[in-house]
Amino acid sequence: MQKIDYYNIDELFTIEEKLIRDSVSDFCDREIIPIISEHYRNATFPMGIIPKLAELGLFGITLPTEYGGSGANYTSYGLAMQELERGDSAIRSFVSVQNSLVMYPIFTYGTEEQRKKWLPKLAKGELIGCFGLTEPDYGSNPAGMITTAKHANGKFILNGSKMWITNGSIADIAVVWAKINDVVCGLIVEKDMRGFQTYEMKNKLSLRASITSELIFQDVEVPEENILNVKGLKGPLSCLNQARFGISWGAIGSAIAVYESALNYAKTRIQFDKPIASFQLIQEKLVWMLNEITKAQLIAYRLGRLMDEKKARPQQVSLAKRNNVRMALDCARISREIHGANGILDEYPVMRHAANLESVNTYEGTYDIHTLIIGEDITGFSAFR
Amino acid sequence: MNVLICISRVPDTATKIVVGSDGKTIDNQGVKFIINPYDEYAIEEGLRIKEKFGGSVTAVTVGSEQSSDILRTALAMGVEKATIIKAPEIFDSYFVAYNLAEYAKSIKPDIILLGRQSVDFDSFQIPSLLAGLIDYNLVTVVSKLTIDANKIICERDVEGGKEIVETNLPCIISAQKGLNEPRYPKLPDIMKAKSKPIEILEAKPTDLKMEVISMEIPMKQRIGKILSDSDEDINELVRLLHEEAKVI
Ligand SMILES: Cc1cc2nc3c(=O)[nH]c(=O)nc-3n(C[C@H](O)[C@H](O)[C@H](O)COP(=O)(O)OP(=O)(O)OC[C@H]3O[C@@H](n4cnc5c(N)ncnc54)[C@H](O)[C@@H]3O)c2cc1C
Ligand SMILES: Cc1cc2nc3c(=O)[nH]c(=O)nc-3n(C[C@H](O)[C@H](O)[C@H](O)COP(=O)(O)OP(=O)(O)OC[C@H]3O[C@@H](n4cnc5c(N)ncnc54)[C@H](O)[C@@H]3O)c2cc1C
Repeated sequence: MQKIDYYNIDELFTIEEKLIRDSVSDFCDREIIPIISEHYRNATFPMGIIPKLAELGLFGITLPTEYGGSGANYTSYGLAMQELERGDSAIRSFVSVQNSLVMYPIFTYGTEEQRKKWLPKLAKGELIGCFGLTEPDYGSNPAGMITTAKHANGKFILNGSKMWITNGSIADIAVVWAKINDVVCGLIVEKDMRGFQTYEMKNKLSLRASITSELIFQDVEVPEENILNVKGLKGPLSCLNQARFGISWGAIGSAIAVYESALNYAKTRIQFDKPIASFQLIQEKLVWMLNEITKAQLIAYRLGRLMDEKKARPQQVSLAKRNNVRMALDCARISREIHGANGILDEYPVMRHAANLESVNTYEGTYDIHTLIIGEDITGFSAFR
Repeated sequence: MNVLICISRVPDTATKIVVGSDGKTIDNQGVKFIINPYDEYAIEEGLRIKEKFGGSVTAVTVGSEQSSDILRTALAMGVEKATIIKAPEIFDSYFVAYNLAEYAKSIKPDIILLGRQSVDFDSFQIPSLLAGLIDYNLVTVVSKLTIDANKIICERDVEGGKEIVETNLPCIISAQKGLNEPRYPKLPDIMKAKSKPIEILEAKPTDLKMEVISMEIPMKQRIGKILSDSDEDINELVRLLHEEAKVI
C-alpha cells in the first residue's frame, strides 16, 4: 500500500505498478530495514542482498525479458526506487547504477554481442557494474575530463583516473567514459584487465552503506569489442538522465521514512504534559513535510508517464531531481529536529537519511547545476558554461 | 498434483473500519483490500507443491468482480489460473463453502489449501464446511506440511504444543502462520501475470444459513490496573500477565 497518499495518487497507478511497488515495499521491510543500521555503522555494503535484488527482478527493470530484464515501465522503475530508498539510499544507489548507468548504456549503445554477453549476467547479479565519469578535477564539468584512450593495434590504451565511483571496488565491469581523439567515448573495462586498479574511499560520513571508490587506469588494454557505439557527452548524460529519474522517486521514499518516523514520534513524545504533536510549531513542520511529499509525488507521477510515453525532456528530469531530493533533505532535517535528542541516534532512521541525502543532493548533478540547466532552458542563457 | 487455493479478500488490517449506514455491513469507501494474510501461506505452499511434484495451481475466490486485484497478486506469485465466483451483495460462510465445493467438484483438485481463518469475519467455518460438502479429508491450522507419495503429514499447532497427524489424498489443508515464508512477487512475473486469464463465473444460488442482524465498532474501554513497585505487587503483575493477559 502507498504509505503516504494524501491525494489518492494510488488510483492513478495500474495494477502491475502497484504490485511492483508493494512487492519491493515488502522486500524493503523484510530485507533492508532490519539490517541497514549495522551496515551503515560499519561502512559496509550488504553483499548478501545482491542475489535477492536480482531474484526479485530489480536489475534491468525496464529492459526486455530476452536480456534478463523485467519488461516493466518507467513508472514501475520509479516506484521500485522509492521503496528501496525508503530503506536506505545506498541500496537504491546500487540498483540505480546497475540499471541506469551500466545495463542501460550496454542495452542502448551496445552491439548485439555486447548485450548478449553482459546483460543476462548483470540481470542475475552474477556481475556487478559501475559507472566512471567523475574525475578528481572534473565533477560538475565532465566535458573537461582528462582520462584518455588511444586506438592502437586493434585495442584502446586507457590512461587516467576516476573518483567517487559507486560500487567501484566491488564491480566486475566498469563503464568508463574517456576521450578518444578529444571525443568522449564509453568503454567496458573488466576487473582483471592489467593496469586497472580500484581503491575504496574510506571515512565517508554519508552513504556509509554504499561502496565508493577511485578507479586508476595505467595503460589498460581494452579490446575493440568493448567500445560502446556512442560519441560525445550525450552518451553519459543520457545514462544520468535515467538515473536521475529514478532518484527523483527514490528521494520520496526517504522523505516518507523520515515523515512517518516524525509523525509517530510526535504523537507519542510527551513534553509539557502533552504529546508534542499537539503544539502548533510541530504541526506546522509535519504539515510542511506532507505537503512537500505530496507535490513531489505528483511531479514524479507525471514525469513517469512522460518517460513511459518517451516524451520527457532532460530538463524536466532535472526539475524533478532538483525538487524532490532537496525536499527529502529538508524533510530529513526537520524530522531530525522533531525527534529532539533522539533524532541523532541510529535507533531512528532520520539522521541516516539526512546524512545520505547530502550525497544524493550532490551526485547526479548538484542541486545548483540542475537549477542552471533549467535556467538555461527557460532563458536561453547558459550560466555555467 | 493439482492444487486449488481458496482466497479471501479482506480489508487491510491497517485500515479504519466504518460500519455502513445499514448498520449491517462495512462501508467499503476508501478501504484498501488485501489477500487474507493466512491465504498467502496457502498460496506459497501450493506453489511449492507444484514446484516439487508438477501439476497445476489454481486460485479461486467467492466475491465481487473487484477481487481481481487480489487474484492478480496470486497470479504474480506464480498461480496459473484464477477464478472469481461472482456472489450477490449479501452472502454467508455457507454460501461461500457451497460455491467453493461446486467449483472443486468441477476441477477435482488433489489438494485444496486455504487460510486457517479469514481475518475479516473470523468465522473459521469454510475449511470444515467445504470438507463436509465434498467429502475430502481435512486437517486444520497446519504449520508444517510434508507430502510423501500418497501420505500427507501435517504438524498442527495445538494449545501449548504440536500435534502430528497423517492423512491421505484428496484432502483439504488450512494454513497457519509459520507454514512457510510467502515469496515476494517478482517483477517479471508481475508483468507476465498481466496476460494470465481471470475467469468470472456466476455463483450458484443457495439458501443462506445465517443473517447479520447488526454490526458495531467495539467501544474502546481501558480497564487498566495500576500496581505499585512493592515485591508483592510485582509478583501479582507477573501472575496477571501470565494468567489473565496470557502474554508470558
Ligand atoms: C557518494 C557519491 C557517489 C558518487 N558516485 C558516482 C558514480 O558512481 N559515478 C560518477 O561518475 N560519479 C559519482 N559521484 C560524483 C558526483 O557525480 C559528483 O560529486 C558531482 O557531479 C559533483 O561534482 P564535484 O563533487 O566534483 O563537485 P564540483 O563540481 O566541484 O562542485 C562543487 C560546488 O560548486 C558548484 N558548481 C560547480 N560548477 C558551478 C557553476 N558553473 N555554477 C555554479 N555553481 C557551480 C556545485 O553545484 C557544487 O555546489 C558520486 C559522488 C558521491 C558523493
Ligand atoms: C549530544 C547531546 C548532548 C547533550 N548533553 C546534555 C547534557 O550534558 N546535559 C543535559 O541536561 N542535557 C543534555 N542534552 C539534552 C538536550 O538538552 C535535550 O535534547 C534538549 O533539551 C531537547 O530535549 P529533548 O531531546 O527531550 O526533545 P523534546 O523536548 O522532546 O523536543 C522534541 C521536539 O519537540 C519540540 N517541542 C518541545 N516542546 C514544544 C512546545 N511546547 N512547543 C513547540 N515545540 C515543542 C522541540 O523543539 C523539538 O523539536 C544533550 C543532547 C544531545 C543531543
